[in-house]
Amino acid sequence: MTAMTKEVSETVDAGAPVPRSSRSAPTSAPVVNPTAALTAATRIKIQDVNAFYGEKQALFGVNLEVPDNAITAFIGASGCGKSTLLRCLNRMNDTIPGARVEGRILMDGTDINGQEIDPVQVRTRIGMVFQKPNPFPISIYENIAYGPRTHKLTSSKAELDDLVERSLRRAALWDEVKDRLGKPGLGLSGGQQQRLVIARALAVSPAVILMDEPCSALDPIATAHIEALLDELRKHTCIVIVTHSMAQAARVSQITAFFHMGKLIESGPTDQIFTMPKVEQTHDYITGRFG
Amino acid sequence: MKELSPASRARYFRRQLLDRVMSGLCMAAAGVGLVLLGLILWMLFSNGIGGLKLSVFTNSMAQPGADGGLANAIVGSLIQVGLGAMIGAPLGMMVGVYLSEVGKESKFASVVRFVNDILLSAPSVLIGLFVYQIAVAPMGGFSGFAGALSLALIAMPIVARTTEDILRLVPQAYRDGAVALGSRENEVVRKVVLPAAFSGILTGVLLAVARIAGETAPLLFTSLGNTNWSTDLTQPMASLPIAIYRYAGSPYPEWVSLAWTGAMLITVGVLVLNILSRFSHAAVAGKSQG
Amino acid sequence: MTTPAAHRPLIGARRMHLGDTTFRISLFAAGAVVIIVLFSILAIMFAGGKLAFDTFGLGFVTGTEWNPVTQIYGALPAITGTLLTAILALMIAWPIGFGIAFFLTETCPVKLRGPLGVAVELLAAIPSIVYGMWGFFVLAPFMAEYVQPWLTSTFIWIPPIPDAFYWFTAPPIGVGLITASLILAIMILPFIAATTRDVLLSTPQLLKDGAYAMGATRWESLTGVVIPAVRGSLFGAVFLGLGRALGETMAVVFVIGNAIRMPDSLMAPSATIASVVANSFPEAEPGTLDLAVLLGLGFILFVVSFGVLAIARLLLRQERMS
Repeated sequence: MTAMTKEVSETVDAGAPVPRSSRSAPTSAPVVNPTAALTAATRIKIQDVNAFYGEKQALFGVNLEVPDNAITAFIGASGCGKSTLLRCLNRMNDTIPGARVEGRILMDGTDINGQEIDPVQVRTRIGMVFQKPNPFPISIYENIAYGPRTHKLTSSKAELDDLVERSLRRAALWDEVKDRLGKPGLGLSGGQQQRLVIARALAVSPAVILMDEPCSALDPIATAHIEALLDELRKHTCIVIVTHSMAQAARVSQITAFFHMGKLIESGPTDQIFTMPKVEQTHDYITGRFG
Repeated sequence: MKELSPASRARYFRRQLLDRVMSGLCMAAAGVGLVLLGLILWMLFSNGIGGLKLSVFTNSMAQPGADGGLANAIVGSLIQVGLGAMIGAPLGMMVGVYLSEVGKESKFASVVRFVNDILLSAPSVLIGLFVYQIAVAPMGGFSGFAGALSLALIAMPIVARTTEDILRLVPQAYRDGAVALGSRENEVVRKVVLPAAFSGILTGVLLAVARIAGETAPLLFTSLGNTNWSTDLTQPMASLPIAIYRYAGSPYPEWVSLAWTGAMLITVGVLVLNILSRFSHAAVAGKSQG
Repeated sequence: MTTPAAHRPLIGARRMHLGDTTFRISLFAAGAVVIIVLFSILAIMFAGGKLAFDTFGLGFVTGTEWNPVTQIYGALPAITGTLLTAILALMIAWPIGFGIAFFLTETCPVKLRGPLGVAVELLAAIPSIVYGMWGFFVLAPFMAEYVQPWLTSTFIWIPPIPDAFYWFTAPPIGVGLITASLILAIMILPFIAATTRDVLLSTPQLLKDGAYAMGATRWESLTGVVIPAVRGSLFGAVFLGLGRALGETMAVVFVIGNAIRMPDSLMAPSATIASVVANSFPEAEPGTLDLAVLLGLGFILFVVSFGVLAIARLLLRQERMS
């Protein structure tokens, strides 16, 4: 654990990313070849997306490709539109009165931003984890079972039990809660609650998981657990994470996209963004000149 | 440190005095409230306990000297209050859910909210007159059903208001989480929001029941009361408040004594319901926190 | 093994799910029922009372004679009784209710706040018929034996105009305007206390802290800072209490004496709209003027209550929303 925290503080102090090869998760998982992410297939293609809240425009002509089996980080100052874009990906903006999203968001060839697409179906394929952990005020088991029950993914109790266990294992929470599945989800610690929520999202086997600053309400140790978990998850799932911590983006992501005032300024492999940014604005943000 | 001048000191003293006097007055006001509660409860119990015997519950209302009780009135009240709650509470809940989850800040919802608040405090005697005109006069007679209907109209706005207030307290995070998992609007409400608010809604219903259990005026115009035993909803039906009303002003000591006992019973019932509702909210809320 | 969502084909059609449509429509209908009920009450009252308004015209509202025998009906005595009792009740209840609220929020020891709050709510929960009985059996005799003779003997010494002071010097019957006002005051007291307490509790602590920081006493902070800030809501609480007092029936019917004439003394037996309706109803046959005048009275009461409650709500919600 001290090795991890030492690395975290080194990253924060130096302002420069720690070389990948010396990064290690607490569970010492093998490090993935960074360049492999770049050759992975594109999962989501964002084309000319503009977003409005009533009269106010929040996103201006965003074009971005999000690769599969990788973590893509959206970074930028507060109010730059990164959360808005995230919410476009699972049609959460539909729930905000007066919100309007133009442009195409292609997944598996289908424009999920299309008028004829049912947002509910989109959300079964693209899950979301929020900043503040939000388990329902019911038991741990029931929390995980909510998605499968709603979408009738299992046909027997045994199958559901199985699915709950698998989801909790994938979220690295099973060992800690396997003896108290009937206890309220809200009785867990912050970090555990967030893993519970991740397990809940995983239970419906989404292709993509969106995360809106998932660690900002957690302490550093819980954060480290979640980041290790993300590294595991991305092997099978596409992950998009919004983060206000550049250090986190540098630590976990393969692709980084930098936003400013609703525009995508620059995107590319994380290494490149943090060591040799092409746009001056990116450089200024990275080095802390603003934001 | 500069010494206070005599004038300043006097002023300071006056201000402190004023503060103390006012605080004292406020405490006296609280004392008045407590004394009143004590006086009323004491009067109820000292007059009502004496008449509390089994025959009150087993015998129907009867002529003085015939060992009458209040059985038919108690049963009639239970029936009308129960039916009134069964009609008014679900309707009120639906209104509350509408206001909090669907209508929210829309113009129509604002109007519904406004009208509901008016109905909440509307004189119950007018509700009685209204139901008389629509359910008694046209049908040709007073009925227990009309009584239940008038009680339902009183309960409905109470449940609507408490339901909306409670639903608004449910964190938006729960709804977001359910939506993000691919739930439809009605699923979010049915499976996440309503269960989370359950204890609060129950409290509101209990409070509404407590309120209508004590209502007399609307029943005067709708179910009229009945001195005989009857559970027929299409006929006039006895109720405890009306029995008390008829007996209290009568010249027969037996009847007056029964009126006191009946008043004591109603008050105890209402107070117990109030206290129960308080505990139900605390108990269920405690469970979900683990 | 079920197909993971990622590999299921994305269903194309977007349609408003049947469940959602039913959901929305039924809830919307419930909201509509509320509005329909209110307007129905107004309409039914007016239609039923139309005979009375046709027969007497505006004289129905201004007429001072109420005589079932001669079939001359004027609503002014009842209206006057209603307004007088309600306003008197407010004048008595408001300072006490406010004092209780202030005590509960400021000076009361914290441990006692819970129980005292519960006591106030229990007072509010007691059915009005119990208050009526208490008034009839306890308060009225008390008034007749002690209070009213005292009032008479006190005011009789004030130099004439004797008629004006008849207001305080009528025969001590016990039941009458003042007793009814007292009972009403006791009934709306917990209500005003609870509403005012809620209003005081919702003032931002910041305001009070600012006052204390300048060395204000509790009372000064209350009158100088808090009250001006929530003045609207406090008036709202008062209007709400007024609305309740206007329509109260059972408590009043026992102690007002039920004499439908213009009151000439505080101690005079009197009547309110609610008491008239409750008392005269048994003799009123459907279709007759007797019933129509009751419905007409009901209409007047509903309109007045509506106005008062609407003002109360405006004042209360304004500050609740901000």
